[in-house]
Amino acid sequence: MSQNPQPKIGTRLASGGRIDRNKPLGFTFNGKAYQGFAGDTLASALLANGVKRVGRSFKYHRPRAIVSAGVEEFNALVQLESGACHEPNVRATLVELYDGLQARSQNAWPSVHFDLRCVFNGLSRLLPAGFYYKTFIAPSWGLWENTLRRAAGLGTAPRQSDPDRYQHQHTHCELLVVGAGPSGLAAALAAGEAGKRVLLIDDQPELGGSLLWESVIPGTEQWLSDALARLQALDNVRILPRTQVFAYYDHNVLAAVERVTDHLGSASPKQTHRKQTPRQRLWKIRATEVVLATGAIERPLTFVNNDRPGIMLAGAVRHYVNRYGVVPGRQVVVMTNNDDAYRTALDLAKRSAEADISVGIVDVRSNPQGPLAQRARASNIAIYAGQVITQVHCQRWGSGGVNGITIAPIDRAGRAGNHESLHLECDVVAMSGGWNPSVHLFSQSGGKLQYDDRQCCFVPAQALQNVRCVGAAQGDFERLSLINDEVSEPPEQPIQAWWQSPHQASSQQWLDFQYDITVADVEQAARENFISVEHFKRYTGTGMCVDQGKTGNVSALAVLGEVTGRKIPEVGTTKFRPPYHPVTIGALVGQTHGEFYAPSRQMPAHVWHASHGAVFEDAGSWQRPSYYLQTDETPQQAITREVQAARHCAGLFEASPLGKIEVRGKDAAEFLNRIYLNNMLTLKPGKVRYGLMLNENGIIIDDGVLACLAENHYQVGTTSAGARRILLWMEEWLQCEWLDLDVRLTPVTQQWAVCTLSGPKAREVLTQVPSELDLSAEAFPHMAVQQGILAGVPARIFRVSFTGEISYEINVPAQYGLALWQRLMEAGASVGITPYGIEALEILRTEKGYLHVGTDTDGTTCPDDVGWGGPVKKKPADFIGKRSLARAANTATGRLQFVGLAAADNQPLPIGGHLIATEKPVMPIETQGYVTSSHYSPSLNRPVALGLLKNGRQRTGEQVTVYDQGHIHTATVVSPVFYDSEGGRLNA
Amino acid sequence: MLQIHCPWCGVRDEVEFCCGGESHITRPADPASCSDSEWADYQFNRLNPKGIHYERWRHTHGCRQWFNVVRDTLSHTILQVYKMGEPKPLLKGKDRLHHTGSLPKADVLRERA
Repeated sequence: MSQNPQPKIGTRLASGGRIDRNKPLGFTFNGKAYQGFAGDTLASALLANGVKRVGRSFKYHRPRAIVSAGVEEFNALVQLESGACHEPNVRATLVELYDGLQARSQNAWPSVHFDLRCVFNGLSRLLPAGFYYKTFIAPSWGLWENTLRRAAGLGTAPRQSDPDRYQHQHTHCELLVVGAGPSGLAAALAAGEAGKRVLLIDDQPELGGSLLWESVIPGTEQWLSDALARLQALDNVRILPRTQVFAYYDHNVLAAVERVTDHLGSASPKQTHRKQTPRQRLWKIRATEVVLATGAIERPLTFVNNDRPGIMLAGAVRHYVNRYGVVPGRQVVVMTNNDDAYRTALDLAKRSAEADISVGIVDVRSNPQGPLAQRARASNIAIYAGQVITQVHCQRWGSGGVNGITIAPIDRAGRAGNHESLHLECDVVAMSGGWNPSVHLFSQSGGKLQYDDRQCCFVPAQALQNVRCVGAAQGDFERLSLINDEVSEPPEQPIQAWWQSPHQASSQQWLDFQYDITVADVEQAARENFISVEHFKRYTGTGMCVDQGKTGNVSALAVLGEVTGRKIPEVGTTKFRPPYHPVTIGALVGQTHGEFYAPSRQMPAHVWHASHGAVFEDAGSWQRPSYYLQTDETPQQAITREVQAARHCAGLFEASPLGKIEVRGKDAAEFLNRIYLNNMLTLKPGKVRYGLMLNENGIIIDDGVLACLAENHYQVGTTSAGARRILLWMEEWLQCEWLDLDVRLTPVTQQWAVCTLSGPKAREVLTQVPSELDLSAEAFPHMAVQQGILAGVPARIFRVSFTGEISYEINVPAQYGLALWQRLMEAGASVGITPYGIEALEILRTEKGYLHVGTDTDGTTCPDDVGWGGPVKKKPADFIGKRSLARAANTATGRLQFVGLAAADNQPLPIGGHLIATEKPVMPIETQGYVTSSHYSPSLNRPVALGLLKNGRQRTGEQVTVYDQGHIHTATVVSPVFYDSEGGRLNA
Repeated sequence: MLQIHCPWCGVRDEVEFCCGGESHITRPADPASCSDSEWADYQFNRLNPKGIHYERWRHTHGCRQWFNVVRDTLSHTILQVYKMGEPKPLLKGKDRLHHTGSLPKADVLRERA
């Protein structure tokens, strides 16, 4: 090894790499200013500047440094930018460096160099896997929970609204190629030049995959630029760089996120093109065929203290050298169980003169003789065969990074003892435990994996959908034949399985680095019988952190197998689920937020309401006036005024959202008779009947008034909320069950505007409007319908009431809704006609004890519960729900029944308050029902309420206690009809 | 995101449809004569097969028509689509599908029993 006493850590080579040394970029990390170059990632720039410590581990807060060069990074998670653009948990390896970038470490306080929570490392025996089931539970978990939850997590979530735009885009293609490395490019070229519509996606800004960082053979650059030129020349090939495919769904649908402007510094508050361009684009892709060329991810090797700063993945070390011209250290030791890591040593040795680098290799295999080992020897690289690291030495102060290792030979029993150990000085350990083909998307597609014993990895086996894997994703690690089929390398020496360092401290060997899961945790899980791989995953948390186990899962399940005496295929893998990589919420939401979250509908007379003081509420996507606020009025006063007008002169209410369905056909009456509880066969033209609709369980699902307009022609009214649902219900019965019935349905909810004119002077007002209709009390009684011309337009007028006063629901074609409203307001001006909103309507109908399905009924309420048992008995014909009403539970006593409740004092009872039997409740206590509607009644000057009470109808006159969140009220059970119980006003 | 061939509109994305569960369940002709357990069976008991499922779907955001689908619950492959009211097709010996080549064409095969 080198004789240099003071090696300088991290350096930028003077030449080489794909960065542009003519374009320097400034950035800050943890408040300190640094410089990088165009083409750098944040990670490569930090390494070039010798920044070792970038974060702290999740549980034990151990100091951590950059370990990889890609999506599998688990240490260098940073907080990017601040304020509204702040993004936590961003991998520094994936951030394209831009000028002015600001980033900070996470999970460390006050700083990454001195983190108070590093005491957790000393407490590690109290914090094993699943510790929260065992420790910190006395005297109660609640005591510790707050502190521990604050300590958990990595980054902090932003608190301001995301200022960026995100877009969704759908596309189709004949072939989707995921990954533009050598195999992906070859597949795209073959299909593209054969005329197929190809979509080629790669997550990097530059295409080429491993060709960008493997210094393979001469001709690579030429092959790459040639392939790219040929692809770009094809019209039928579309290329999406900077795009990450994160999900594979059914029927060959995949989802991907394109980073449109992130690399331009979109995360920076200074970004200027935020308004024009979406920050990210979510692609929803339907492909006839998919080729996955997703490559492979390297595994760490498991040895004592393998998580120290300065220990990196071997492939990543040469990635930084070859692609970014950065050497992470001066004295590099490669620690490996396979031939591939030798490439790192060879690449470093090539640059050793430029940057004074020394390299050595430690191989667990006792006799490395493969072609790469021979080349290493030829380059005078020392190889320590049959040995493994037994100790990692770190600087006491400063970065705390590696400054030396102890290695020892492995005996036949797999033990590496202390005798014959050797100390090597180094500042970087380039470890490799082998490579895992990236089979995530393949598995998500339903594909099955099999374990390749020879290569010690899982490879794709049986596909379920139209997909195939190529290249390293397939377990085919030979790259060269694609580039230059004249050159072939002799086969590499096989990898030797090395999942843990046996007989070494298992609590110091990291498997899942991000969650601080060690070999000891696997042993503990096995001791406690969490041996099914899915149980093991959840119990230890392995693979459940931000990196989703990309580096750790296979090693962990292999150790689980060793500890429980099973082979790896027996242990199996956990289920792969999307997303492969975190996706911003913004990308998933796209543009469906704010005013675009849900469509909003306005009633025909909306502009009138808006210009007359209406305060709107969102009622099932309709904007409806709650009340109309006049000057110097409180909402309560407005509502009282509206109620009083409706009771004493005339009120006007827009009821356009009421559901309306036309039912026609020679079997229309029969159909309605089966759908409704009521007898509908006897409904004659010109008459209106109130109907209850049940589901097949006998539960009330809707109510409404039904009018017979002519023979075989009806208009069904549903609740406003039920308009869509009841149409679907009716269609289902006609299309699926009663195909023989001659019935046609037409939804006309939005075709007719409805103005409800209500009050003792309603008739007087309506007669002011010219029409051919006979509106006299004799010709037009309550529960009747008339059709004709009103104010020059066709109208259907239903005399029905939800207020308890004379009431006309006047339907005109929607385009005349506003004009009709204005006409009625004019006509009623002399009697003091007053518009009223939803709040007033609620009071008016509560005073009358009129049911509101869904408010005064719940998912158990049957007709008899609300006093409609009689009509059920009187109807011999079958209807939906009838059979269920004969069930024992529906005929039992003790059911909740609809009642009125009179409060003992002047305070309205709380809605939702429970009705209980005693004034001094001790929890738990039996609830006998609850208050469903409750208001102060201006008509009666006292509160009125409705509710559901056990055996309510037998308890009229009884006093009950109402319990609501610790408060007690008293009420008397009364009839639900508080106002005009005779109905004289209604039928006038 | 399944691709479903509506017999009236053609191939559409799953998001346009609503699944209505098991199909070919006929309402008893005389509910009054059903015992409680027969009625409960009609109401609540449904098959939950690992494999072929005969179910009904509605093209809610399209033609609003109900139709029948034969779907493999494991692979989500849709084997057949047929109109509401048509008889249940007999699919011989196709218990589970594993597909390694190209997708079967989305079609409305009619297999006469």
